[in-house]
Amino acid sequence: MRARVMDRAATVILTLIAILIIGTLIGLLGFILTQGWHKLNLDFLTSPPDIVNAGGGIGPQLFNSLYLLVLTMLIALPIGIGAGIYMAEYAPDNKFTQFIRMSIEVLSSLPSIVVGLFGLLVFVNMTGWGYTLFSGALALTVFNLPLLVRVTEDALRNVPRSQKEASLALGITKWRTIVSVILPAALPGILTGAILASGRVFGEAAALLFTAGMSSPNLNFTDFSWNSPTSPLNPFRPAETLAVHIWKVNSEGLTPDARDVADGAAAVLIIAVLLFNLSARWFGTWVYKKMTSGSN
Amino acid sequence: MNRRSEGSTIIVDKKVVNGKKSDSERQSLIARKMLTYNKRQLTENVTGRTVAMVCAALLVIVVLSITYFIASKGLSTFFVNGVSISEFLTKVKWDPEGEPAIFGVFPFILGSFLVTTLAAIIAAPLGIGAAIFMTEIFPNFGKKVLKPVIELLVGIPSVVYGYVGLSLLVPFIREQFDVLGFSLLAGGLVLALMILPTITSVATDAIEAVPQDLRNASLALGATRWQTIWNVVLHSSLPGCLTAVVLGMARAFGEALAVQMVIGNTTKLPGGLLDPISTLTSGITLNMGNTIQGTPYNNALWSMALLLLAMSFIFIMILRLLGRKRAVK
Repeated sequence: MRARVMDRAATVILTLIAILIIGTLIGLLGFILTQGWHKLNLDFLTSPPDIVNAGGGIGPQLFNSLYLLVLTMLIALPIGIGAGIYMAEYAPDNKFTQFIRMSIEVLSSLPSIVVGLFGLLVFVNMTGWGYTLFSGALALTVFNLPLLVRVTEDALRNVPRSQKEASLALGITKWRTIVSVILPAALPGILTGAILASGRVFGEAAALLFTAGMSSPNLNFTDFSWNSPTSPLNPFRPAETLAVHIWKVNSEGLTPDARDVADGAAAVLIIAVLLFNLSARWFGTWVYKKMTSGSN
Repeated sequence: MNRRSEGSTIIVDKKVVNGKKSDSERQSLIARKMLTYNKRQLTENVTGRTVAMVCAALLVIVVLSITYFIASKGLSTFFVNGVSISEFLTKVKWDPEGEPAIFGVFPFILGSFLVTTLAAIIAAPLGIGAAIFMTEIFPNFGKKVLKPVIELLVGIPSVVYGYVGLSLLVPFIREQFDVLGFSLLAGGLVLALMILPTITSVATDAIEAVPQDLRNASLALGATRWQTIWNVVLHSSLPGCLTAVVLGMARAFGEALAVQMVIGNTTKLPGGLLDPISTLTSGITLNMGNTIQGTPYNNALWSMALLLLAMSFIFIMILRLLGRKRAVK
């Protein structure tokens, strides 16, 4: 009898936990979206922030976040895929491979602030660039590499052996087989991982405080040269991203509407990150269906 | 075997004899092509392999250089500025700008450990409970609703957690308990929410890996579902669940901005759950930008970063040990 009651009680408690978690997420999203909803207009999304007065927007921050995302992916994807190929196809079972695995493990559990400090030391001070977008992109590359390597390796390993063997049996070299047979077959998995990594880049702040900096120059959106200090495309200028902006406004905002700006920026950030997550999920299933030509 | 090979030679001979020279020439051309290396393919193969290997080696280089650079900066507090290591770790007074400057990071270390432990105490039962719910009680509902919810929680950036903590949790605590609001409790709650998805997803994997036979055996003996979960499922997935909790704690220990926004950042030792505290990460975040490179103050911050690095190595070692335990089982 006692066991029966315990069983019932446990079921109820576990169900309550599940409801609590779902309720928390709904409450969290609801709170952020309702708080920031009234700020979501074109003016807020495009105008530059104001340091003292009310009415500033988040235009440059939004642009910086997107641009930093592109830069990071341009650097991180080739390296991540290359290392993933090595781990899945070439790595012999020896000490060196174990050491690489250990490194991936270490990198993926490093606090992002430590990665940021390493970036400050190497990509900011030693290179003499100062706070730049490019330093930020390199720091985020370090931060995201383990995820990309792991995703690539898993995706490559999941390609059926028979496809690889068929290609090799036709006399195609190993590298050609990897590039033109295995990699295309593994692409859906890699892309899903890359989109998830993009979401992480978009929301990361701690690693950027001391690498991309906490301020933006007044961007001139008519100037698209690579080296002008006010050009939005110049990778060697300081840049404050959206996530860093939220932190800065919350902890040291001076404007009378600092709370409003924080509300709006948080809503924009959360919408962007949700879009990344949903598109990764949707894209994965879509490509899977395309490739297997059937329902899953 | 012999006869067949003789036969084929005869055929070849016939062809040559019959004067069909072009045929045999083509054959030998193909044979030559098959037997000699294609230079372009060879270089491509070798370059591809080398490039992939360089990419993988880069990971090792990055880890080694992170360790080297942060250690060399962090150790200069002790070797250049002459602060004793034991005093640095145990002194409770942090006054880097005083005369003489006092570098005691104990309040920061204590803060980091307290807030991490509190987060783990809150999040571990919830996370493992959710994992049990998803695998044992309502698998369908769990897979369709709870799992996506958990995955969405993973994706929410840490500054957003901090922002919500600042605008919801801190005022709430302030009104309920008539205190400042910025507190150990607020930090622990925000971190608990952040590490909950990590704990849940790793624990779910561990629980799913328990063989179905074990459950069936227990149920066949007349145990209730809860007795089966408690005595059989949780027992055999214990190393996995511990891994989940340690992973969550590692994440909580290194989290910077979300914590910094809600804990108040005082270097006094906390007297209770509702007192403001500081952590290693919040100390670094707040002061690194305002101090000058090379000063003792700045070096002390790097030493704190080194402590963070050392802690994450310790977490990895614990995880490895747990992994080995799991492998033995």
